[in-house]
Amino acid sequence: MSTAIDVLRKLLRDPAAAAGLLIILLLVLVAIFAPLLATHPEAIWDMNPRQRLLPPSDMYVFGTDRMGADIYSRILFGARITMVIASVAVGAALLIGVPIGLISGWTQNWLGEALMRVSDIFLAVPQIVLAIAISQTLGPSIENVILALSVTYWPWFTRLVHAEVRSLKNETFIEAAIALGVPTWRIILLHVLPNVASPIIVRTSIGMGFTILTASALGFLGLGAPPPAPEWGRMIAESREFLPQAWWYALAPGLAIFLVVMGFNLLGDGLRDVLDPRIRRAGARR
Amino acid sequence: MRILALILQRIAWLVPTLAGLVAVVFFISRVIPADPVSKLAGETASRAQVELLRQKLGLDRPLLVQLADYYKQLLSGDLGTSLFTTRPVWDDLYARLPATIELTIVAMIIAVVIGIPLGVVSALYRNTIIDHLLRIITVAGLAVASFWLALVLQLYFAMDLGWLPLQARITGFPPPSITGFYIVDTLVEGNFTRFGNVVAHLTLPAFTLAFPALATVVRFTRAGVLETLQKNFVVYQRAMGIPSGLIVWKYVLRNSLISTVTQIGLLFGILLAGAVVIETVFQWPGIGAYAFEAILQSDYAAVMGFTVYAGAVFGIVNLVVDISHAILDPRGAGA
Repeated sequence: MSTAIDVLRKLLRDPAAAAGLLIILLLVLVAIFAPLLATHPEAIWDMNPRQRLLPPSDMYVFGTDRMGADIYSRILFGARITMVIASVAVGAALLIGVPIGLISGWTQNWLGEALMRVSDIFLAVPQIVLAIAISQTLGPSIENVILALSVTYWPWFTRLVHAEVRSLKNETFIEAAIALGVPTWRIILLHVLPNVASPIIVRTSIGMGFTILTASALGFLGLGAPPPAPEWGRMIAESREFLPQAWWYALAPGLAIFLVVMGFNLLGDGLRDVLDPRIRRAGARR
Repeated sequence: MRILALILQRIAWLVPTLAGLVAVVFFISRVIPADPVSKLAGETASRAQVELLRQKLGLDRPLLVQLADYYKQLLSGDLGTSLFTTRPVWDDLYARLPATIELTIVAMIIAVVIGIPLGVVSALYRNTIIDHLLRIITVAGLAVASFWLALVLQLYFAMDLGWLPLQARITGFPPPSITGFYIVDTLVEGNFTRFGNVVAHLTLPAFTLAFPALATVVRFTRAGVLETLQKNFVVYQRAMGIPSGLIVWKYVLRNSLISTVTQIGLLFGILLAGAVVIETVFQWPGIGAYAFEAILQSDYAAVMGFTVYAGAVFGIVNLVVDISHAILDPRGAGA
């Protein structure tokens, strides 16, 4: 517990990471308290043709959309969809990817090799290509987007954990544990897992940002949550018909995606610096 | 010899990986409720007509048999026939390939030519205003949704200012098809107005596509240069009084580019993924937009063809990158 507080203290000392943390905190609060913060919570689902496509004003901070709904209120409720999709998809990818990486990195026999080859298959094309194919065939819904994203993201965790475990296995303290006859499951859970936790945490943060981007792209292409849902990517797609007159329509949803993804990326970079002093701020994303 | 062994080993891996990819996409696209046969047959078709069509297309047989057939077909170099354009998928892809290659190469050039110098500058002026500004831009490049950036750029440069065209590859008729790359073809045609028109059409999509790749290049170059600057040979060259410009732009850059080369595979992935979305927004007639249309129409053959093709190209690019890395930096070849 003290290490968690220590990490947090170091994170807050880095302005970029602190900003990232703040943005994510804000996103969570907005998602939870959307009904209270929204200025027109009732107007998310209803049609108000008379207030259609109004520019930003005191009444409608970010303007209104083609249904006459307040874009600001829709963005707040959209934060819920974004949070649910990203956290469930990345959580599922963690639950699938980490155990497979642990097994394949530890066993190093035909099973481990076979598991790595399976993960290679999913890495053989860019994530969005497979994700589009899956979510289109299953039909547009939030559940299917989550499924498509987790099915295509787990190999990133597997690959990461596999590499870490393989190098850990040669460490003296692991060899000592094996020599002492400690059961394998105990070594993996109590000695290996805590030592690969740092890269997993870093990858989770950056993966959240990446997943939000991919999910919004699916929404933009019409493969996300079905129409009335205030999904940010879909809102941007809807705005295209009304450009250039309704310039405000796409502005707020795009900025929302940008801000949130930036939050997770900044936090990921900061975590990398704090948790893993070997690696400096380098490039690898995803 | 070691490099030859590496090449053979990697090629041997590529084949089963692609076969697995085909199987995954095959099952995803067929186990699913959406039925392309009834869509294809039209609303007025009777049940018997639909069944007849299904038999004709071979879609009534067991899945494993269909998969085995598909492998056989792939081995003979046939990607199948698109259900909707009714042309061979390979012909469709081949006709649309130059558009995607042209867009991707221009984006890659933008990313590398702008990204590497910016990365070096960022490293040299570490922790100054310039560095902070560049890092904000690169963080933004990795956080912005490409389709939104595309819309904003379209809104400002095409609709508002009217400086650049909104979408498509060229105004009016395409140039005589020599290479399929409009940049080259219009030059061969000798028509500089049309060449300018093509460049104008390329600008927005290429820049939008390049932006995340550019950010990645800047980050890697910065990290690579910072690491190399601490090496002993740089300290030695400094002590020898070699001009610092020469040290940085020749010796340091060459050493740090090794790590950038390995990232070309990653960049290519970013560009290929971006192409599907960007081509759709800009109505760019390439294979990304083709794949998206195919997916929307449940056009199995076209979706499979595109995925196999993308997997093969992606695999070969990564293979070439690994090999060139092994040649550039023999230290890491054994790993």
